[in-house]
Amino acid sequence: MVPILNIRNLNKNFGAVEILKEVNVSIDPGDFLVLVGPSGCGKSTLLNCIAGLEPISGGSINIGGRDMTRVSPKDRDIAMVFQSYALYPTMTVAKNITFGMKVRGVDAATQARKLAKVAEQLQIEPLLDRRPGQLSGGQRQRVAMGRALVRDPKLFLFDEPLSNLDAKLRVSMRSEIKKLHQNLGATMVYVTHDQIEAMTLATKIVVMKDGVVQQIGTPAEIYNHPANLFVADFMGSPAMNLIPARTERRGDGIQIEITRPEGAPIILQSPLTQDLPEQVILGLRPEDIIEAGARQGAAVQDAQCRIDLVEPAGADTYVVSELGGKQVTARLPAETKAEPGAMLDLAFDLAKVSFFAPDSGERLN
Amino acid sequence: MSDFSMFSAPHPAVTTPARPGQVALRGLLFSLLALFALFYLLPLFVMVTTSLKSLEEIRSGSLVSLPREVTFEAWRTAWSGACTGIQCEGLRPYFWNSVLLAVPAVLISTFLGAANGYIIAQWHFRGANLIFSAMLFGCFIPFQVVLLPMARMLGWMGLAGTIPGLIFAHVIYGIGFTTLFFRNFYVTIPGDLVKAAKVDGAGFFRIFWSIFLPLSLPIIVVTVIWQFTQIWNDFLFGVSFSQAGTQPVTVALNNIVNSTTGVKEYNVDMAAAIIAGLPTLLVYVVAGKYFIRGLTAGSVKG
Repeated sequence: MVPILNIRNLNKNFGAVEILKEVNVSIDPGDFLVLVGPSGCGKSTLLNCIAGLEPISGGSINIGGRDMTRVSPKDRDIAMVFQSYALYPTMTVAKNITFGMKVRGVDAATQARKLAKVAEQLQIEPLLDRRPGQLSGGQRQRVAMGRALVRDPKLFLFDEPLSNLDAKLRVSMRSEIKKLHQNLGATMVYVTHDQIEAMTLATKIVVMKDGVVQQIGTPAEIYNHPANLFVADFMGSPAMNLIPARTERRGDGIQIEITRPEGAPIILQSPLTQDLPEQVILGLRPEDIIEAGARQGAAVQDAQCRIDLVEPAGADTYVVSELGGKQVTARLPAETKAEPGAMLDLAFDLAKVSFFAPDSGERLN
Repeated sequence: MSDFSMFSAPHPAVTTPARPGQVALRGLLFSLLALFALFYLLPLFVMVTTSLKSLEEIRSGSLVSLPREVTFEAWRTAWSGACTGIQCEGLRPYFWNSVLLAVPAVLISTFLGAANGYIIAQWHFRGANLIFSAMLFGCFIPFQVVLLPMARMLGWMGLAGTIPGLIFAHVIYGIGFTTLFFRNFYVTIPGDLVKAAKVDGAGFFRIFWSIFLPLSLPIIVVTVIWQFTQIWNDFLFGVSFSQAGTQPVTVALNNIVNSTTGVKEYNVDMAAAIIAGLPTLLVYVVAGKYFIRGLTAGSVKG
């Protein structure tokens, strides 16, 4: 399949400051690409470069097989939804939605037909005569979506569209965007700093930091096989446990030694056959540290840990224990008997373990 | 005038009865305000009453007394009969000169200020700040400094002594202020709006016409009031760059007051002064509430 968006060796500088460094991303028609990273990682700049709102300093951007370097935003066949919605304050909702068509000289009958269709799709028919100032946040969000939908573009661009909404509305709008993506089969590029949004919406995630792409992959790949410590720490809530450990070759496996504040170190046996350096960072998600006996498998190993903190979260209870000098979170069932200060047998599912090099932060296995 | 809306408006939430000290303080405050208002209104009062008196009454009566017999004779003379030097046509022709001068000058300078402000605030280009600083600097150059260069330039352009020449001088001089007003208004408009319009396919002028100008009513009112007041009340440019027949009303007023020989017709002078000042007063009364609103207008929501 020909990629609908193909970004090659993209560089972007503001003066001497490098905002984006050698970005390579490509997506197929129908993909939902999410650019995620902390503030200032360059994800919004990347989106603006795709839209043509920021000139690029090097490399190339292809949309639908066409080089976009000298193409202005209006000729890129894109539509964009902004964080601030950017609705035209003096125009009614209907005029906001049809403004693009009016500029393009689309005839009035077509405008009306498309407006009616989009208004029905987003259920904003009663709002068409109102001004943006008379709308609630969620309604403005819908109108902004309507303005994009009416274009029927090759590429939808979303710049943190949900971050101005309250938590509840954000979740429901998130599902609506997902539904919209499924129904339209459209290609979308979506910027967010919220890793949950990234996980739930994306078919493909790009994790960025300081203008450099850290990892590109499906949500499952990013979640289960983070490419480095940054991705491991950034994606997932609560965050992945990153425990300093010592490894040693033992027979046909690896012995892992994790220190504890009191008592002998924990010794775990990993079936991994690969060679590892002596000092590693061991990454395990909270859901892979569980109550002893709850999960079967060759790689599941028990160890007794002192519980420092118990945090019930409704569906689960998180318990915190200090291992390798780090606060390590385990996810236990809600009805657990864990008590702060008591000892508890925890099971470590080493089938899911990630190893990272402590100095470079790169993944080792 | 509408300035009061900023200070008064007693707090509706205060329901506890005021203590005697507070009442006294408030009483003192209001008496002081009333006193200042009277002090400000006194010259206007003298002008209006004097203009309605006959010359005899002015000579015999007191300055602040009300007219015994109201007559509009002085007004009629000031409007269409008073002598400015050798001609005795009153203020009327000069009043229209001022209208012909002020209206285009205000409109042109306001429009240019809007366009400049839009470009400087929303289309970042190399040197934008430098240009804006230079324009700000222009606001602080006294009229007197530009008199000679402007006179030479108008002569060179063939506009010396004409109303278009005066319009040109006022437009140039006004651009600094109008650009400042519009620029400061437009920087509060979120940049995403421009981006959205660009993605929608709108170009430079389309965005200006369809999105920025419709938002600008408050700042347009501020600019129009400011520019109209400046241009209508200007005397120095008027007296320097005009000739007989193209003089604005301020220059004619000066001539009426200063060039009469013999008996000084105070009532005519007063009426002429009021006539000359009336348009700016009118503009402020009509649009004054937008003036305060526009000056304090913050970012545009939605």
